[in-house]
Parts: sequence; structure tokens; C-alpha cells
Amino acid sequence: MKLLYEKSKNGRTAFSLPKLDVPEIKIELEEELIRKEEPNLPQVSELEVVRHYNELERKNHSVDSGFYPLGSCTMKYNPMLNEETASMFNNIHPYLDEEHIQGALELMYNLQKYLGEITGMDAVTLQPAAGAHGELTGMLIVRKYIEDNGFTNKTKVILPDSAHGTNPASAKMAGFDVVEVKSGPDGRVDLEEFKKVMDDSVAAIMLTNPNTLGLFEKDILEIAKIAHEHNALLYYDGANLNAIMGKVRPGDMGFDIVHINLHKTFSTPHGMGGPGSGPVGVKAKLKDYLPKPVVDINDEGKYVLNYNIPKSCGRLRTFYGNFSVMVRAYTYILMMGKEGLKFASEMAVLNANYLRKKLEKEFDIAFDDVCKHEFVIDGSFLKEYGVKTLDFAKRLLDYGIHPPTIYFPLIVHEAMMIEPTETESKEELDRFVEVMHKILEEAKTDPEILKGAPRNTPVRRLNETIANKQLKLRG
Amino acid sequence: MKRFPYIPHTEEDIKEMMNVIGINDIKELYKDVPKLFEGDLNIPESKSEIEVKRELKELAGRNIDLDEYAMFRGAGIYKHYIPSAVYQLATKRNFITAYTPYQAEVSQGTLQALYEFQTAICELTGMEVANSSMYDGGTAVAEAILMASRVNKKHKSLVAKSLHPEYIEVSRTYTESQGLEIELINYDEKTGRIDLEELKNKIDENTSSVVISYPNFFGVVENIKQIKEILPENVLLIVNAYPLSLGLLEAPGKLGADIVVGEGQSLGNHMSFGGPTFGFFASKQKYIRQMPGRIIGETVDEEGKRGFVMVLQTREQHIRRAKATSNICSNHALMAVVASVYLSIVGREGLREISYQNYQKAHYLAKKLIETEKFEPVFEGEFFNEFVVKPKFDLNKFNENLFEEKFIGPLNLGKFCDKLENHALFCATELNTKEEIDYLVSKVGEIDEITL
Repeated sequence: MKLLYEKSKNGRTAFSLPKLDVPEIKIELEEELIRKEEPNLPQVSELEVVRHYNELERKNHSVDSGFYPLGSCTMKYNPMLNEETASMFNNIHPYLDEEHIQGALELMYNLQKYLGEITGMDAVTLQPAAGAHGELTGMLIVRKYIEDNGFTNKTKVILPDSAHGTNPASAKMAGFDVVEVKSGPDGRVDLEEFKKVMDDSVAAIMLTNPNTLGLFEKDILEIAKIAHEHNALLYYDGANLNAIMGKVRPGDMGFDIVHINLHKTFSTPHGMGGPGSGPVGVKAKLKDYLPKPVVDINDEGKYVLNYNIPKSCGRLRTFYGNFSVMVRAYTYILMMGKEGLKFASEMAVLNANYLRKKLEKEFDIAFDDVCKHEFVIDGSFLKEYGVKTLDFAKRLLDYGIHPPTIYFPLIVHEAMMIEPTETESKEELDRFVEVMHKILEEAKTDPEILKGAPRNTPVRRLNETIANKQLKLRG
Repeated sequence: MKRFPYIPHTEEDIKEMMNVIGINDIKELYKDVPKLFEGDLNIPESKSEIEVKRELKELAGRNIDLDEYAMFRGAGIYKHYIPSAVYQLATKRNFITAYTPYQAEVSQGTLQALYEFQTAICELTGMEVANSSMYDGGTAVAEAILMASRVNKKHKSLVAKSLHPEYIEVSRTYTESQGLEIELINYDEKTGRIDLEELKNKIDENTSSVVISYPNFFGVVENIKQIKEILPENVLLIVNAYPLSLGLLEAPGKLGADIVVGEGQSLGNHMSFGGPTFGFFASKQKYIRQMPGRIIGETVDEEGKRGFVMVLQTREQHIRRAKATSNICSNHALMAVVASVYLSIVGREGLREISYQNYQKAHYLAKKLIETEKFEPVFEGEFFNEFVVKPKFDLNKFNENLFEEKFIGPLNLGKFCDKLENHALFCATELNTKEEIDYLVSKVGEIDEITL
């Protein structure tokens, strides 16, 4: 398909402006600062732009167009209402007087409170723009905490080998050395291995629970106890919060800091990879290190932006965070309510276990055990038919299903990580199971079908080697 | 059983599914979870769509709606015109409800839209390569400083004090823990431009980068070329640009910038209380492997048909983990596509015209304000669509009066700097009419100087 740039024709336009209504003056800039050559943007009519983006839209798989069991990403349905309520807040400038934005501030205040309640934390910042940004915020809070308490020897952060890639990257960006701890034969953190790497030089442990294999860390209370004995903080990666809302709270398990992915658990659209939103909650002892500002309520009952956080870890982004994502999440929380959030978690876990049971006979489930909202298939067994997980995934595309996350977590060979979420019906799950079995049958009888997949997609399998070797990054 | 519109399970479904799993109660799926939390969350009970919509509408009603106000305040977020087609196209459901294009064959819409975005950013900035967005302008500056340090292995960044104050804060937060140093360079009090003498004196063998804003926080247009000329060859020049000004101002890449970043909100994005917007990030090709964030590249499928994929992923956190160029994972792809649609609608000539009108309107406003003799000019340096003037009366009081008339007056720079208390940062855009401007100026005439 052509780029819009390639459809451009001198003299066409999709834009109009009122005639300049003020007396024109000569531009006083130095000659060298005046643009000589116009940027080569498309010259097209409005209809051409409309058709172009319509055509592009048709080339995308999305939650609205079909099943999207992308493990760890929580691709649940994004309610239409969220978009409408978010649009009610489009026209707000961040530097208006507080008295003119009381509605926005109240929403933030309530959202801080609700997220604190859901995670069992005492204070929440809404500033981080994404999950990984929340991780960085959390790690910088850890840094301030250890500095403030004189723990000068604390230089390390421990995380399991199944952790999301953002965890080590965030810890590193906050200036920590990363130590990996091996998972045990049951897919959980191996307590003995953990004790081996745990000492007073550890500043924090980053975990998600359930972990990236979808398994609950059964030794979490023991891990928390050991961590706290060494004055280390326990950090919760909220990527998997969708499994446990209203059932158990990170704060009660002993976690000190948690980030929440509003775009996962709270049904805000992922927007092709952003914007997300990654609020961070902390226990009371860490409240003073939050980024500024947070939203508070003053003695007169007015909502205010509180910049008075003297030990703050700083500012992580401009203004107050991804506000319109917050509106969507807030809308969802009100719609679902306390009972709905809990029910959502239960149904997400029910769906995952149902799929696991339906698939376990024919597929090799890594660590086959009651899972939470996701589970992982070990695709190594496909080798005997001469195909890889990648081929299997590409064939799923031909059936209109987005493949699971593949090759993650790294500790499972040929991994396929499935997260159905609670918004998929039993019928849809049954269809998925049927397709999975069908493709497996194809792998056994005619593996070339998989290797040549996909066939029914806008493009066939794309050559990534060429893309990386002969970098072409612009039109 | 209570029903929820977003969850399809019937009682019968649940029973059948539990049978397959071999359990009698959902609780059995949580039997490995310690009983630490019993009872209900302390949040409200679920509501109907009608009730929720009412509640949100009521909250929204407690904010002013800037559609009804004449706007003369910018300072990082701007009220510009957004053509009707922009949101109707960019927020199509197959865009907003898709995820990161991990499976390229069914994500060509996302990938091509972002590839066109990268192209547009390169065109605007005059740079060779761009990524597919950062969180915002502030984080883009911070990541640019980190990137420069990876390129030349030096640890000090000289940052113009006239960069947006919040960008300076974000940059400090990002760099402090990595042992990088940020030193601020003052502005020339006469021109409002970076103090070139001070800059020259502060450059030493540890200097990694110099960061300036174009135009700067006071609206003054920096002379990138002059700045570049005094920098030693291995010091990288990072320019934070206001993209809509680039229809009129020379592309930073043409003037010697090594990395060009900026806040993209003005390219068709709503103000949204400051977010989400997006940061753009462009550089010379030779630094591409040190660039943070996602990058989209062109390729072919097995039949030779053109297609697009994510490239250079070996720089990224999901491959390199602790050794990645950055921890950024989700960026602001949707906002980048908004900008891409906006730039497609506006086109080459439209951009020039918008930029030109912004310049003209702001200059008309400035001239009229000075003519009242109740404002003094503060900086001599030439500006784009924002400028600083010093009123001879109480600015906050003036703004309060304006507000009654449905005008949002200028920002009081005292918010960021005591020295600049009662200094007004005015902004005018293509949306401000001559009538509005004249009315605002007439209100100045009514001001009693004693109020200062």
C-alpha cells in the first residue's frame, strides 16, 4: 500500500484557515532562522486522507475485531462509555487556577483513593505515563528511601528470571545493579535460591504475583519477611493485578510499592502501544518520597495540587500524568464497583483455567497447575513436526485470532503465553480451543501450512532480517 | 447473580466451565492464595451506565470548558485548532483497541501510520531518523540527555535555564540516579536568549550535551546556528522544538542540531489537562543504535509486497533487559498517529500558514499591549507566538477580571521563578481573533495602576 506521501500532488489541500485578520508585519527573525524549504508533508484532499486511514484501519487486528489472548498484556474489552466520558475533559489546560478545575482534581483524588484501596497502599501518585514509567518511579522512591535512611551499602535489586524486561531496565535506570533469582521446578521463586542472593546490599525485590507464568508465589509472606529483615523493600509489578482484585491485595502480602497498569486492569484502550498510565502506590513510610504534585484536599474541602513533598523523588513527567486515561479507568471502576472488580478477576481466572484444562491433553503446559489469569504453553514439542511456536502463532492469524505472547517468559522454551481475560465468552474460548487443535493437526499432517502462514492477512510473513539490515525508517 | 455489561458469563457457563476444570466453587481457584483480605473493597457499588455518565458529566461540569474561553495562556500546552477529521480518523476502534504491533502481519495499519509519523517528524525537524514517540516533551528531553551520554561517554549536560521548568525537573530526576550532572546556563537578561559567554565558559572536557529550547520557555527564538558554532565537535546539541513553529522557523537539523525532541501536543492533540500528549524524538542516523523507544522500518513480505515491522529491537528492554537503551515500553503511539493525521490534513502549505498566523497574531497582541504603556517589554529577542511582558499593575488581579469576561489571561511566571513574579507570559495562536485581542487590550485600558 502506498504512503500518503506518495499520493501527494502539488496544489491539493485538506485544510483551510480564516484569512489573517490582523495587520501584517514583516518577520523580524534573522534570515538564517527563517525556514527556506517547506517540510515535505502530503498535499492531499480531505477525502484522500479519510480513505487512507480507513484502509490502514482495516489492516489492524484489535480487541474490537477479534480475540486477543496476548499474555501479560490484558487485552480486555474497552467500553465505549470510557471514550465518551474521557471526551468530557478534553479542553482543560494544566495551568488553570485550581478553582477552575475542581472536577478534574476531585476525579484524581478519588482515583488515588480507589487504587490505594484495591492495592492495599496508603498513598498513590498518578503521574507515571506507563507501567515501565511506574517501575522507574518506584525504583527512584526506593533510592530516596535508602538515601534518607543511610543505607549506603544498598546497591542491588533482585528480580526473578521470569520478570518482565522492563523490570531490570527500570532498576538499572534508577542506578541499581540487577541480580536475577532462579525459578524453582514449580515455576515459583525458589526460596532457597532467594536466600542465597538476599543480603543487606539488596535495596529492593521486584516481583509480580501472580507471576508471569500465571502462578501464585506461594512463599510470598516468607519472601516479604526476609526482605524486611534486611531493610529491603518489596516492589509489586502490577501487570498481573487483573487476577486478584478484591481477592488479595499486594499491600496485605507485604509489598511496599506497587505500580498499576490502568491500560490493562482498568480497561483503557492500549492505543497500539500507548498511551498507558502507570500510577504508583506506596505504604505510609514511603509517602514522603512520591513524585510531586499529588492531589490533596484542603481544610476548606477544596481539591489542591500538593507540591509540598520535601523528600520527593522528583518529577517523572510534565504536568500530572495521562489524565484522560485516568478518566477512562475511573469510569470503569464506577461501572464495575467493588463487586464487579472482584467478579472480573474471578472470571479472568476461570477463563484461563478453562482454556488450560481444554488444552492440556494435546499441548504441553509449562508448570501445569491451577493458574491465575494466564498460563504458558511450552512449544518445544512442536519440533518433532518440524515447526516452531512462531509458525504456530502465524497460522493463528489465518483464523482471525491474535496469537498469544510468544517467546516470553524467557525461562520457557518456545513459550506461548495465553491470557483470555474475563471479557471473552465461553463460545469464543471454545472456538479458540477448536482452532488450536486444528492447527496442531495441520502441524502433524502438513507442517508446510504452518511454515507458509499467514496467507489470509494483508501481507504475508514479513522479512525482519532485511528490515534490520537495510534500515529504511522513513518515506 | 448480578450481571455486568462487560462480562459475558451466565450462571450456566460458569457451572460448565467449573465442571471442565473439576471444581465446585470459584474459591478453589484461589486456594493457594493466603487469606489476607476478606470482605469488600471500600469503593462504591457498581452503577448503571446512566448513573456513571451523569456522575462524570457533573464532575466535568465543575471544570471550565476552554471552548467557551478566549485563551492567551500556553507555557507548554497550547490551544490550537484541531480539524474535525483528525479524531474521527485517529480514534477508529481498530487503532485505539489494538496493542503494540507484535504480530506485524495483522498490524500494518499501526505500523504504516507510525512509519508515516516518523517521516513527518523527520521532515519537520530536518533530521534523518525518528522513533515512534516518547511519553511527552519532558521525558523526551531527559532521554535525549541520556542518549547523548551513551554516544560520547561524557557525563555533564549544560541545560538552558530557559527550557520549560518542568522539563528541567524531569531531566534531573532521570539523570541524577545515573551519575549524570546537569548544570544550568543562564539566559541573557537583555535578549532572553541563552547566555553564550556563560555557555562557552562552562564547556569542559566532561560536557556531553547542550540543551536548548526553540523557541524557549519565554517564547524567544534561540539562534541554533550561533550556539552550534561555539560547541566542540563531540558535544551534542539537543534542541527541544515547538513543532508548530517549524512551519516558519528553520528546521533545527539544518542549523546543526544533533538530537531534536519536543512536545507534540500542538500537532492536533487535545490539551487534556496536560496528558496524554506525546514526545517526539529525532536524531542523526549515526546515533540510531543509541536511540530509545520503538522504531518502525520498511521491509517486504515473502511475496515481495511492501510491509512494515518494528526494527532494532535488540536495543530494547524486552531483549536486552538491564542493558537496554531505555526502559520505555508503551510509548504514546495513538497520540503520534493523531499528529500524523493532523499533519496530513494540514499539509505542507497549511503548516506554513498556521505558523505564519501564530507569529502575526502574537506580534499584533504584543505591539498593542506595549502601546497601552501599561506593559513593558522584557526581552529584546525575537519571538514566535509567546512572549513575556511586565505589567505595571497586579497581574493576578488582571487575570481575575479577564476570567469574568471569559478570557484566560497570561501565565504569571512567578509560578516558576520568584525573580519573575508579576511577569506575564502571553500566548496567541491561530484561534485568537483580532476582535478578541482588541477586547483584551481594551481591558488593559480600564486597569487602575494603583492596583499594583
